[in-house]
Amino acid sequence: MPWPWFAIAAVTFAFLVLPLVGLLGQVPWSTLGSDLGSTEATSALRLSLVCSVWAAALAVCFGVPVAWVLARVEFPGRSVVRALVLLPMVLPPVVGGVGLFYALGRDGLVGRYLFQWFDIQLTFSTAGVVVAETFVALPFLVITVEAALRSMDRRYEDAAATLGASPWTVTRRVTLPMILPGLVAGTALAWARALGEFGATITFAGNVAGRTQTTPLAVYLLLESRPNVAIGLSVVLLALCIGVLALLRDRWFGVG
Amino acid sequence: MSLDAQLGLRIGTLDLDVGLRARTGETVAVIGPNGAGKTTALRALAGLAPIDNGYIRLDGETLDDGGAINVPPERRSVAVVFQDYLLFPHLTALDNVAFGLRSRGVGRNEARRAARSALERVGLDTVADARPRTLSGGQRQRVALARALATEPALLLLDEPLAALDQSARGAVRRELRQQLSAVTGVRILVTHDPFDAAALADRLVIVESGRVVQTGLFAEISARPRSAYVADLVGVNLVRGIADGNRVQIQTGGALIVATAISGAVSTVFHPRAVSLHADAPTGSPRNVMAGHVTGIERLGDRVRVQVAGPIPMVAEVTPAALADLALVEGSPVWTALKATDITVFPS
Repeated sequence: MPWPWFAIAAVTFAFLVLPLVGLLGQVPWSTLGSDLGSTEATSALRLSLVCSVWAAALAVCFGVPVAWVLARVEFPGRSVVRALVLLPMVLPPVVGGVGLFYALGRDGLVGRYLFQWFDIQLTFSTAGVVVAETFVALPFLVITVEAALRSMDRRYEDAAATLGASPWTVTRRVTLPMILPGLVAGTALAWARALGEFGATITFAGNVAGRTQTTPLAVYLLLESRPNVAIGLSVVLLALCIGVLALLRDRWFGVG
Repeated sequence: MSLDAQLGLRIGTLDLDVGLRARTGETVAVIGPNGAGKTTALRALAGLAPIDNGYIRLDGETLDDGGAINVPPERRSVAVVFQDYLLFPHLTALDNVAFGLRSRGVGRNEARRAARSALERVGLDTVADARPRTLSGGQRQRVALARALATEPALLLLDEPLAALDQSARGAVRRELRQQLSAVTGVRILVTHDPFDAAALADRLVIVESGRVVQTGLFAEISARPRSAYVADLVGVNLVRGIADGNRVQIQTGGALIVATAISGAVSTVFHPRAVSLHADAPTGSPRNVMAGHVTGIERLGDRVRVQVAGPIPMVAEVTPAALADLALVEGSPVWTALKATDITVFPS
């Protein structure tokens, strides 16, 4: 191994870790409890928790069937459909938010009917936050579950069918339990993505304290006025992300 | 009560057209090398691969007619023991066995009770709560069989049921499987490439080559008179019945064979003609079974010669044409045969 590789690797590692050190160095440990207990912090954290759990749940409910179709059904244009489903992974979130605004906003393509017929307005509402977070989180669930479905040995499903299991029973008692590790990993990734969502949320759902101001939004806004609260919230997000990595460690980091 | 099937289908390069008929209580072995279409035939019977033409009739009911009728696997009274067993890794041995009953609408407690007694019958009640990956190969095989039999299928399909086992476990499991199969009501179809499995487990053979049936009949008939070098390779083995006492098997025609496995009672012994060597003079050495006889027939099949030898125990030896020329054997020539005890497979008949 040529020595420049080590040098570059060391610099890169430092580049990735330094911001974490910078953040932890600024944490006002003595006042952390009261900072996180402030109204702004607790309402942002509660809202983030509620919205991200909803988004992860919706991603599972709607993403698993999508992954299923992509993994199991052959149809023309499947690769195009997959690309469109995965697009939110690479799309700038703010662009997603603009798109959502013109699709589901009060005057949007579909949103105007939601408003006229059902009196539903997603913009500036907590439901809007959930929609924006689901939009960006879905691809993580789909790509992980699709991979799990593809790598599963389908002969187990054959075996279940020969034992008298209907297609629905096969799904419930064989396929879903066998892809469970992939489903858990996908859910964790989707949840983490939803938790950190900023661009699409602020563009589509706005920034209303207690209603649409999630933790990342609060961090951004409070960094000037109340930096200690912003740093405290950042540390909470960091801890939650480390928790997700710990959950996924067997799957992604293998041995060691 | 029977199976009557004509299976015609094409998958990739395989062009399958195989007729299978079997009565209730009978085991028919479909035997052929890898790629001959055995497993595809089995999948068609199970309903996992629709046939393009032909028919599958089980106890008078048409399961598939190559057209409009194709009963899905879950509504066929067919169960499969797969080659690598395919026990559900997330379920215990007990729940694997209970799976079929649960799927057919039996309540959880009742299904578990039935599964537990099924496991007791095969001596596995102690591992009922274990996951498949913690079981030995032989235990997995027994769980797979118990799982398949729990729903009392009219047709039991076994795909290379012993292939996943290592050689040391195979003999014992084979004897046990033979015993269990004899208690199964319904039709049994066994797919294998191993003549010893076929000899031990099947009543009749169907030899398949490249998707076609090339010979059918009783094992003894086919092994004694293989119609081609191909069939001789597959099942052209010697099958001799006798009464065993320890390592000695007394043959009805007179003479005895020494075998490596101690066993008693009525047995069948099977050994490959390649394991029989021919000698001009009485050979001395390790083989336990040395007999004098004379040549009653010489048959050339491809690049080898099958020599029939009459003696205390009639048998077939397989040698090269060069060896035959060296010994200058013709019909009626006296000859010595030698056979190692370890080359003989023995099982209760």
